Amino acid sequence: MDDKKIIIDVDHVTIRFNLASEKIDNLKEYFIKLVTKKLMFQEFLAVKDVSFQVRQGEAWGLIGTNGSGKSTLLKAISGILKPYKGSITVDGFIAPLIELGAGFDQEMTARENIFLNGCVLGHTEQFMKEHFDEIVDFADLHEFLDSPLKNFSSGMRARLGFSIATMVKPEILIVDEILSVGDYKFREKCAKRMEEMLSGGTTLLYVSHNISEVRRLCDHALWIDKGVQKMQGDVTTVCDAYMAEMKK
Amino acid sequence: MIQNLKAFWAEFYKYKDLLKLLVVKNVKLKYRRSFLGYVWSILNPLLIMVVMTIVFSTMFSRNIVNFPVYLFCGQLLFNFMNSSTHQAIFSITSSSAMLKKAYVPKYIFTLARITSGMVDLVFSLGALVLVIIATRARVTWYALLFPWIIFQLYVFTVGLGLFLAQANVFFRDIQYIYNAVTTAWMYLTPIFYPLEMLPQNLQWIVTHLNPMYYYVGQFRDIIYYGRLPSAQLTLLGCGAAVIMLFIGAFSFRKTQDNFILYI
Repeated sequence: MDDKKIIIDVDHVTIRFNLASEKIDNLKEYFIKLVTKKLMFQEFLAVKDVSFQVRQGEAWGLIGTNGSGKSTLLKAISGILKPYKGSITVDGFIAPLIELGAGFDQEMTARENIFLNGCVLGHTEQFMKEHFDEIVDFADLHEFLDSPLKNFSSGMRARLGFSIATMVKPEILIVDEILSVGDYKFREKCAKRMEEMLSGGTTLLYVSHNISEVRRLCDHALWIDKGVQKMQGDVTTVCDAYMAEMKK
Repeated sequence: MIQNLKAFWAEFYKYKDLLKLLVVKNVKLKYRRSFLGYVWSILNPLLIMVVMTIVFSTMFSRNIVNFPVYLFCGQLLFNFMNSSTHQAIFSITSSSAMLKKAYVPKYIFTLARITSGMVDLVFSLGALVLVIIATRARVTWYALLFPWIIFQLYVFTVGLGLFLAQANVFFRDIQYIYNAVTTAWMYLTPIFYPLEMLPQNLQWIVTHLNPMYYYVGQFRDIIYYGRLPSAQLTLLGCGAAVIMLFIGAFSFRKTQDNFILYI
């Protein structure tokens, strides 16, 4: 296993947010605070000094309580956030399923949104044209292709988003608790597709509160608590420790 | 530096289809569910022109022959700059949903707003042609230089748009301040009056500090006067465009990593 190349290298990463008591976003307040010397930068470290390395083909589960920085870490890995300290090196095409349908426009039709979303993920228009039928087939939304997205249910949107994001075989799949909205049949379909990808060599980062799901899909786990990494390693060991801690 | 430019170009190339789709989306959504659709792009400036001609031609008509064409040259360009920068201000803040969920070069959204404005401008040129035909104005071959002047204005507007978009992320007051700024800017641009009508000191301000004057002036040279644009105006116009683009791109680049914390 160790001879596989490292595909994600998270090296002592700290991510900082500004948790100023009130958000200053206008000039008047800014100057008042500046004059009264109250322009504080109350920092909040969402992720503190986390390091881990993911090798090609591994499936990692990120576990931890709400607000412990799991999603923040995933956002940093997909390039949305820049780490305040440390570095993240990613080597491969990422399909981020952080929230499905990033960049869906409510006024536009499903057809237009497939192209828009595909381009947001970094594909070309030509490429989307070639895979259009495949996406529609998987999402099973043939009869709604030309209605605006605002008329779609959240389940339908999730289906469309998942189909677009997983249409190519990405090298890295980042999944952040998104599959809870689809109906049973579609969830099964998604799980099946994810397992197919995994056996095909895709690297998975998976965030979920559903521990049994993590155990089923992943082989490694990282446990973060309030931004600090508590434990990492084999999925069974980490999950057992986590469950033991939760039950205390 | 060269490495940076190369990386920038590679990324831009990767996302060029996104830019195209965003522009198409903006243009499409603007007129969706309106009965006349794209015709409004031509009709709207025409209606405004008619109103302004009725109001102002009595005031200035003695000095200006063919007032409609004179007015239209200025109005079209200023409207493009005005409406597309007003759109660009919100380009980052209103794309927060997308920026929070996937990595996309952020300037694409600003660029898309301004490019959509330019598409609108090109439609509106149709209205200019109508006015020229209706008033039987004399047009020379120099009029075909119009893409060159629109290009200068486009570069200038992109720079200004980038600057405003990034500033508005941190200070939402910008959108209100800018309203007042553009109103003053419009009255200080010789759109519906001749430059010579202004008192000397104001004239100095306009010719030295108002880039819109350079573009409107050049545009009038080729359309209204039917001559080669003056070398001085061309030089100043290009200079203003490059400087503004530099200011915009530099400030945007410097602050873009912090956008996510404020949107």
